[in-house]
Amino acid sequence: MAGAKNHDYHILPPSVTPLIGSIAAFVMFFGMVMMFQPEFFGGYGSLVFGAGLIGVLYTFVVWWIDVVHEAHSGDHTPVVQLHMRYGMILFIASEVMFFVGWFWAWFDYSLFPAPIQITEIDGQMVTESLFGQEGADALLQWPPKGVEVLAAMKLPLLNTLILLCSGTTVTWAHHALINGDRDGLIKGLWLTIILGLLFTTLQAVEYAEATFPFANLNYGTTFFMATGFHGFHVIVGTIFLMVCLFRAYKGHFTPQQHFGFEAAAWYWHFVDVVWLFLFVVIYVWGGWGAPVH
Amino acid sequence: MTTIAANPGDMSAHDDADHKPGFFARWFMSTNHKDIGTLYLIFAIFAGVIGGLISGMMRLELAQPGVQYLGQWTTWLQGSEATWDQALHMWNVLITAHGLIMVFFMVMPAIIGGFGNWFVPLMIGAPDMAFPRMNNISFWLTVAAFLMLLGSTFVPGGTGLGAGTGWTVYAPLSTSGSVGPAVDMAIFSLHLAGAASILGAINFITTIFNMRAPGMTLHKMPLFVWSVLVTAFLLLLALPVLAAAITMLLVDRNFGGAFFDAAAGGDPVLYQHLFWFFGHPEVYIMILPGFGIISQIVATFSRKPVFGYLGMAYAMVAIGVVGFVVWAHHMFTVGMSVEMKMYFTAATMVIAVPTGIKIFSWIATMWGGSVSFKVPMVWAMGFIFMFTVGGVTGVVLANGGLDDNLHDTYYVVAHFHYVLSLGAVFALFAGFYYWFGKMSGRHLNEFLGHLHFWTFFIGVNVLFFPMHFLGNQGMPRRYPDFTDAYAYWNEIASWGYAIMGVGVIIFFINVFWAFAAGRKAEGNYWGEGATTLEWTLSSPPPFHQFETLPVVK
Repeated sequence: MAGAKNHDYHILPPSVTPLIGSIAAFVMFFGMVMMFQPEFFGGYGSLVFGAGLIGVLYTFVVWWIDVVHEAHSGDHTPVVQLHMRYGMILFIASEVMFFVGWFWAWFDYSLFPAPIQITEIDGQMVTESLFGQEGADALLQWPPKGVEVLAAMKLPLLNTLILLCSGTTVTWAHHALINGDRDGLIKGLWLTIILGLLFTTLQAVEYAEATFPFANLNYGTTFFMATGFHGFHVIVGTIFLMVCLFRAYKGHFTPQQHFGFEAAAWYWHFVDVVWLFLFVVIYVWGGWGAPVH
Repeated sequence: MTTIAANPGDMSAHDDADHKPGFFARWFMSTNHKDIGTLYLIFAIFAGVIGGLISGMMRLELAQPGVQYLGQWTTWLQGSEATWDQALHMWNVLITAHGLIMVFFMVMPAIIGGFGNWFVPLMIGAPDMAFPRMNNISFWLTVAAFLMLLGSTFVPGGTGLGAGTGWTVYAPLSTSGSVGPAVDMAIFSLHLAGAASILGAINFITTIFNMRAPGMTLHKMPLFVWSVLVTAFLLLLALPVLAAAITMLLVDRNFGGAFFDAAAGGDPVLYQHLFWFFGHPEVYIMILPGFGIISQIVATFSRKPVFGYLGMAYAMVAIGVVGFVVWAHHMFTVGMSVEMKMYFTAATMVIAVPTGIKIFSWIATMWGGSVSFKVPMVWAMGFIFMFTVGGVTGVVLANGGLDDNLHDTYYVVAHFHYVLSLGAVFALFAGFYYWFGKMSGRHLNEFLGHLHFWTFFIGVNVLFFPMHFLGNQGMPRRYPDFTDAYAYWNEIASWGYAIMGVGVIIFFINVFWAFAAGRKAEGNYWGEGATTLEWTLSSPPPFHQFETLPVVK
């Protein structure tokens, strides 16, 4: 049987998308460098960055449209679906390690605090280090003296409940899908997306309320970067769920084959779990004993 | 080890399967693991030549005391008369570029992207990788990353042009110490290369877990596949931490972040922890696939299954696991507590156990075997010998107390070049001579191969062995100048570079010879010792192999 494919694996035709995506990623990052360094590159950084970003987004869209088409044309045999499960789980594992880095920074500063304090001078929060000076020992505390933390049991607790709730609604959608109930799937997805958007909105409200600065303060930089990267992942997860909702309306999912939905659900649970750690470590434990704004 | 129950008829007749796409589609839009592997190998050789020429510039400058060439090179690069500080910055740029290029754009693309792509699917009896399209973006992102790094050389990086931070990109030199776009570009280069490697790792793990031929259990899998599996897990779990660390650098550099700014409560030592939590697994990422290649070659040319197969496989797993908990031995001199030094010393020494298992098992494989000293085997034996030297100096450096004296001296440079330049690179050459016929369908010249080996072997030893002496004398790393006391061994080391360079030229002559006049390679040109599945196929294999999956007994 020369030349006939006698296995269930997916042999793909050539595709130009990876090359386009790589060029776009290069342009996007180079544009970002141009934005960082306007005195050297002039003012066109945002244009270059924007062009690259459009290229990267185009790559994502075209790539996944291809994947959906391949799924519909029967290329996704059970073993190929298994590939995708492995791929998604491994991707999430790498994402977990990415967050390990940000938590590491937080634990470093909180367990081994530096002798700093912040004070308001002319409406500006200014960080002062007493390292090697008199009174340094009295400042070895976390959060640093002068930081007014956000009240963990107000908006952050509400956000925790919102995300946990969204975890149940996405499970509702999943069970509806398995039982062939497209109406329930769509309702569950709508609720999950609304809860996700609500979470993002409340995070934005909270950022606006924070009195500690982002720059020149280890507490602020780490707080905003750790929760900010989580927020970015929530937005990505919400978009992923929106795509699933669109595909649910189009009738792409069957009770037997709906990996796109499952991947979105896994991803959503992942951002949920990261939030639980953020809530406990950064908001509750990491703000313990500090004055509350 | 694997035994093959092949139905040769199924694997040799592949007329339709050999239909290849046109030039652009084949090489720029590839979804074929062998073509992507070839692209990776060509890319790695190209990058290796650049990285090697940079080390040549360094050896030229270091051949005698004083600063002879840096000022001139800097003047050429920036097109204006170089100041003294700019010339010294040039030195930092050279060591940074050499390190980053050799790690991220030579060894990793060659050993994982090149040989991994080519031979993991072949050895497990799979028609391709699990995600063929993603495989291609891994490659092209690596190219984009390389261009980003090369581009950084031509833009300001603080004192002069280019990123002069060292491959470790330590803060605060890389934050407040390097104003200008060069370091931002170098950081984004690492982001791109890291993304490429994470996608590649996902691809390899999925392929190895899901696409093994019927009958090939994990415990029958060739050791090279085992090595790539462990390596892929290290990549998957270590690289994201680097991504976080270098993102923190960007935040500190461009958004007033305080991660590594001590005056704002930040901690420069945190960067070192994050970097080496990635960096130590990274050095195993570079050497583990080499272990796998050496295991295949030693077994093939001893005509024996490898000694202690399961021990060999799980030794690599152990090295991978323990490799995650030894990172702070790279930073013994930052002022850590004695208890911490004791832990990291002890944990590091533990690595010597599984590594010893591997060395002794290779020797035991040869023992009583019918050893034939073909070119790949000579490289493999050179690897075992030289890697052991590097391993032994590693045990010395693992001691937190001794390292107080040896840290950042040429002893460290000697150590890591023995495990990389004489370890990973020897494994690469061994694999190249072992598989070149399989990949190209042509035989390399046996005499030129031996000549390449001996020239290269003598060259790198003359180059790197004196560095042990220099380190023990106290010569620090990363300086373009030194006192007259270090002149003797530095001159000898530079002559060693010249000998090694001749060896590399012989290598290229050999490759050109093979394409011009090399004999056609048959399917299994190494004979009965070569028992893995790639030897059941033609050389080169059909464009799509194993359209009927082989069955392994």
